[in-house]
Amino acid sequence: MNRLNSMQDLETLREEAIARHQRLKKWVRVCSGTACHSQGGEQVVHAFQQYLNARGLTVEYMVKPTGCNGFCAQGPIVVVEPENVFYARVGADRVDEIMERTVLGDEILDDLLYVNPETGAKIAHEHEIPFFAGQERMVFHSTGINYVTDVEDYISRGGYSALAKTLSEMSPEQVIAEVKLSGLRGRGGGGFPTGVKWESCRRARGETKYVICNADEGDPGAYMDRSVMEGNPHQVIEGMIIAAYAIGATEGYIYCRFEYPLAVKNAGWALEQARAYGLLGQNILGSSLSFDIFINRGAGAFICGESTALMASLEGKIGEPRGKHIHTVEKGLWNLPSNLNNVETYANVPMIISNGGKWYAGIGTERSKGTKIFSLVGKINNTGLVEVAMGTPLRKIVYEIGGGIPKGKCFKAVQTGGPSGGCIPEALIDLPVDYEKLKEAGSMMGSGGMIVMDNETCMVDVARYFLNFLTEESCGKCVPCRMGVKRMHEILAGICQGKGEPGDVERLEELCNSIKESALCGLGKSAPNPVLSTIRYFRDEYEAHIHQKKCAARVCKPLITYEIDLDKCTGCGRCRMKCPEGAVLGAKKECHVIDEEACVRCGICLENCKFGAIYVESVGIESPIFVQP
Amino acid sequence: MEFNLQDVDAIIDQWGPKPASLLQIMLDINHRYHYLPKESLSRVAERLVMPINHVYSVATFFKVFSLKPRGRTIMHVCTGTACHVKGTPRLLDRLEQDLHLKPGETTADMAITLETVNCVGACASAPVVVVEGVTHAEVTPNKVSKIAKGLRQRESVASDQ
Repeated sequence: MNRLNSMQDLETLREEAIARHQRLKKWVRVCSGTACHSQGGEQVVHAFQQYLNARGLTVEYMVKPTGCNGFCAQGPIVVVEPENVFYARVGADRVDEIMERTVLGDEILDDLLYVNPETGAKIAHEHEIPFFAGQERMVFHSTGINYVTDVEDYISRGGYSALAKTLSEMSPEQVIAEVKLSGLRGRGGGGFPTGVKWESCRRARGETKYVICNADEGDPGAYMDRSVMEGNPHQVIEGMIIAAYAIGATEGYIYCRFEYPLAVKNAGWALEQARAYGLLGQNILGSSLSFDIFINRGAGAFICGESTALMASLEGKIGEPRGKHIHTVEKGLWNLPSNLNNVETYANVPMIISNGGKWYAGIGTERSKGTKIFSLVGKINNTGLVEVAMGTPLRKIVYEIGGGIPKGKCFKAVQTGGPSGGCIPEALIDLPVDYEKLKEAGSMMGSGGMIVMDNETCMVDVARYFLNFLTEESCGKCVPCRMGVKRMHEILAGICQGKGEPGDVERLEELCNSIKESALCGLGKSAPNPVLSTIRYFRDEYEAHIHQKKCAARVCKPLITYEIDLDKCTGCGRCRMKCPEGAVLGAKKECHVIDEEACVRCGICLENCKFGAIYVESVGIESPIFVQP
Repeated sequence: MEFNLQDVDAIIDQWGPKPASLLQIMLDINHRYHYLPKESLSRVAERLVMPINHVYSVATFFKVFSLKPRGRTIMHVCTGTACHVKGTPRLLDRLEQDLHLKPGETTADMAITLETVNCVGACASAPVVVVEGVTHAEVTPNKVSKIAKGLRQRESVASDQ
């Protein structure tokens, strides 16, 4: 491949790539995102490729291993284009049939189609499926159609045209003005206006400036950055180069979690390609801009998602944050001006430049512009990645796009914002989702995890889970976070173990308020959120745990018992043999009982009972042991 | 994998012996040996010209590093929020019963180490367990028992040969 030395070279390459694509009769997209991959997507790609190679069909037909499609619940996903026929849960054994009947023929294989669980109707085309029809995919639009390892595929869809426009038509100030006009705010959680940050960094004095991409997506339950980085890395790289031009930076870093090996690998490939094509390095596209990007892997510390901790870690130090009074746009990495944005933020930039800031500002709500990708996971039918305009009501996301709660259970809450966020209860299901509204409800946008919870999720246990997480992840630099979060966790763990005492809730609230006031960085300041929001909306659950020793969701082990339904038990003895503690008693063909004293509540009996005779109970005690003075 | 200083030097040379490379060098060493051998840390400190306590501060700060030797196979159980609400605690209970391991512990024969990981970003397939780069999706306690049993059997076949 020849280096692209001008904007014209890029356009010529684009025309060639488009012409090559137009020669195809049909092509098959196979999702190679993490979920599809773990369900056997790789073998599916391999089988298609083998079929094409064996029959010499590679000129007119093509198999495209793409980035994440987003509808992860249905993986591995295969889409036959240009007809847009969507096949769900495809095994490698079905590939020959798909090739013969759908690709070479024009038949649709009925049994591989997606079935709408509400109506029972089969849906043939991807764009007709409610999960996709309800979304507004902009940033994530091409991840599911992008040939991951081929930069020319990205270019054929208009890739790097925003960069060309920037370099040939715009001054750095104009780029910043456009991003400011768009109203784009940081997608990593803080929601700081991106254009303002770029402007301060441009104004800051320093010989060398850095552009850093935060791909240390630490919020558990969020994986949109992973998918974008894995599936469409050039979109992020293009955004970073535009940022470098606007700020005047010469060097860039992508700081990616080591837990995301595929993202590190794909981003690495993309950077090599970009260098080979002259899109990175000296005199990009023949312009005066010189800029290069390097990848650094994190090492499993949540705190390194915080800007100053991330920069310390890039310098080879431990990831301790510092006070916010020194701005990183002035003194960041190596004490030089540094601009740090999240993956999704950079991925928004090319389309803002291409379509204009005004266009972008027309989407979303008054103060939150554009769209946001959420990872809709937990107790929900359509798990996957969902992109909607800011201000979309939660109800639409959970029911229309998400398809509601599985197994006929009830919706209880949705957790947003990771360990810094909170739980939104059912009463607020019509809440329009944007930065401000989530904050008012006691949660936050965070990086975009949405974990749906049903009536079998215990909210006290969820709070305990997050505090346990934060206790482990606190860097230990400041006392309120190091000690305060630990004390909160102890109280919560006590409540879950049935050792809660009256006054615990008030003690928690007091600790929350002091930690909020006094912690050094964002991690500590927001650590009380999971506790405060669950107390605010689910105080009755706390009270039931403390006073009645009852866990209504039947999660907290010391508060539950396993019971056998005497009407359903056949006395088959399976549970008795499987129980590791010998806690199940009973003669063959007679009803069994569980010895509560010996039972360790591991649930092996329940999982192995073929008659559904074993159930979990949390009876609690009639009257409180403790009497309030 | 047999430890030798040439390999450590090769890793250092790949990243360049400068302070900014410290984390990347240590990640590669940790990946190669499944832990950070003491000799490797002194070598890193010497080549990067930095105090050994600085190297140790990094080694003990980040969760992925281990100063203790770990098993030939590492089982990573994801404890992300989606995995938690879908039943990770029960997977850990089952592994404790089957392998007698708590997170962070290694079997006496150095075959298997059990680790938890905060989130592997495969939330749609929750709960997940990652073994040798393979992500197992929608794992139940019975399924995790089978995975552990498979690893055990493979080990005993290997030791017979």
